[in-house]
Amino acid sequence: MAHVLLRHRDIPDIKKIDVYKKNGGFAAFKNAVAKMTPNEVIDVVKNSGLRGRGGAGFPTGMKWSFIDNKNWPHYVVANADESEPGTFKDRELMEENPFQFLEGLAIASYAVGATVAYVYLRGEFWQLAAALDEKIADMEKAGYLGDNLFGKDYSLRIFTHLGAGAYICGEETALLESLEGKRGQPRVRPPFPPSYGLYGKPTIINNVETFANVPMILANGADWYKSMGTADSAGVKIFSLSGRVRRPGNYELPFGATFRELIYGEKYGAGIQDSRTVKAIMPAGASSSLIVVNGDDKVLDTPMDYATVRTLGADLGSASVIVLDDTVDINWVVNKTVHFFRHESCGKCTTCREGTHWMRNITDRIHGGSGTQGDVDLLLNVAKQMQGKCLCALGEFSTMAVTTGIERFPQDFKKAVKE
Amino acid sequence: MSLEKKHSKEIKQILAKYPSEFKRSAVMPLLHLVQREDGYITKEAMQDIARLLDITETEVASIVGFYTLYHDKQAGKYRMQVCTDLPCALRGADEFMQKLCGNLGIKVGETSEDGTVTLEEVTCLAACDKAPMFQVQGPDGIKYYENMNVDKTVELIETLKHARGEVK
Ligand SMILES: Cc1cc2nc3c(=O)[nH]c(=O)nc-3n(C[C@H](O)[C@H](O)[C@H](O)COP(=O)(O)O)c2cc1C
Ligand code: SF4
Ligand code: FES
Repeated sequence: MAHVLLRHRDIPDIKKIDVYKKNGGFAAFKNAVAKMTPNEVIDVVKNSGLRGRGGAGFPTGMKWSFIDNKNWPHYVVANADESEPGTFKDRELMEENPFQFLEGLAIASYAVGATVAYVYLRGEFWQLAAALDEKIADMEKAGYLGDNLFGKDYSLRIFTHLGAGAYICGEETALLESLEGKRGQPRVRPPFPPSYGLYGKPTIINNVETFANVPMILANGADWYKSMGTADSAGVKIFSLSGRVRRPGNYELPFGATFRELIYGEKYGAGIQDSRTVKAIMPAGASSSLIVVNGDDKVLDTPMDYATVRTLGADLGSASVIVLDDTVDINWVVNKTVHFFRHESCGKCTTCREGTHWMRNITDRIHGGSGTQGDVDLLLNVAKQMQGKCLCALGEFSTMAVTTGIERFPQDFKKAVKE
Repeated sequence: MSLEKKHSKEIKQILAKYPSEFKRSAVMPLLHLVQREDGYITKEAMQDIARLLDITETEVASIVGFYTLYHDKQAGKYRMQVCTDLPCALRGADEFMQKLCGNLGIKVGETSEDGTVTLEEVTCLAACDKAPMFQVQGPDGIKYYENMNVDKTVELIETLKHARGEVK
């Protein structure tokens, strides 16, 4: 099947504007501005069943319909912070199929009445930001950005903005603070961005991959999109596959494809390195709960959509699937994830700031070989105490591998501690 | 020379991105600009930026302190930042880092004797399928190096030693 998102794999040079145009590019944007009302655009996206690809899976059309039309101006912001360990899909989309993403961003802006849109990129994407600036300039020259687009009373400008290395800026309200020139620390919600966002104005924030779906949905219709995927999760998804597989990389599959297909399919992961077996899967990067596999066929045959993955005790999140084989020690995995979250906690609330600090000290002790079973119990206890008490989801994320690691793989911790 | 004079065109371009009443938004791009110039962010640069944006120097300093890509101290000419986060570590990043340290005769956080590179450890860079990998932060911004090994890295450092500015 031809790709819907990773179209550069079927159409070389689609990152050149004339090639993109020749393959139907910008027709959806033009048709929307010239022939559709903003509400009609929102309805198509609603009917398509598209859900946000940044992790939470919130229905995109519904989010757009929440924009507060009593308060102006409106903004649209693309979340290109992509910092979850194991996630590397937005980068490939922006590098290789940039116009499809930018066209989606433009359509979203028209749909909610924004005349300025920002792309917030993690600071490490320095070269990518420069490349995107060129693509934006190409669009301006070709008349797809600027004033009175397609002869209508609609103007739009897109600007890139570079962060500077902070995972928390992927959280949408921390991102807005950062874009306003402040420390990237989450806001207390409500109010939510569609009523109070950038500069206090109504703002729609979506993930890069979410936007990249939009031109294809408008061009081919909501029913076409819904015909792919499952009833719960419509359409296609890019899975970032990493860890102990033979062929790590980004793979586009319809929702409902199984873990086995992704991990073992010849066109995808092509199996486990050294022909070992799968011990555990983290479907949402470092923020994941650990799914126990231990070679169990039933787990590997589980369809990947938001609802079904939940039955395995984990969230699909941004679908950054990290594969752990039977040589991997879960105690080491937990040590790695805790170090990550300790480093990335923004420090705004005490529970997360102190909790990640203590979890790090305890896991270092256990991992360093000087821990006791009491330390393992204490680690689990600290993680549980943090849950439900943090201002943003990062605090919660930091505990997921800890609690599910200790509860689902107790033997790995027993082995690590002194009798 | 003041920041405004030296980079007037770039500063104008940066400020044009944001509504004039919210020019504070330009603080991050301006910090990137001065860091590119000096390799780190000097006190004078912070003062310049504060004046330009009508905010206090303390506010600028608190931004510098919050984000890991800004540095207020000089290090080697290039910062070589190896990702050792979980997905990369599952593909040999820790061993790569160890070997690299051995080869250069320095520990993580230290600078090579000739001042060319400072070796650092960082969290995920969105290149998990191409480990071992690192980014090089230097006078010309940030560049990724993927699917690396120790030999290729040592070769790269040799090139960097003789490079003037431009990361090749
Ligand atoms: C700590 C944290 C980090 C996040 N990082 C990202 C990210 O890098 N990219 C992203 O699109 N969403 C990220 N999110 C989710 C965003 O807050 C937000 O839900 C998303 O951008 C909305 O877009 P969507 O509806 O298209 O998914 C993060 C959330 C949290 C709590
Ligand atoms: S939970 Fe952690 S990251 Fe989120 S606001 Fe609190 S301290 Fe910051
Ligand atoms: S873990 Fe190293 S780039 Fe993602």
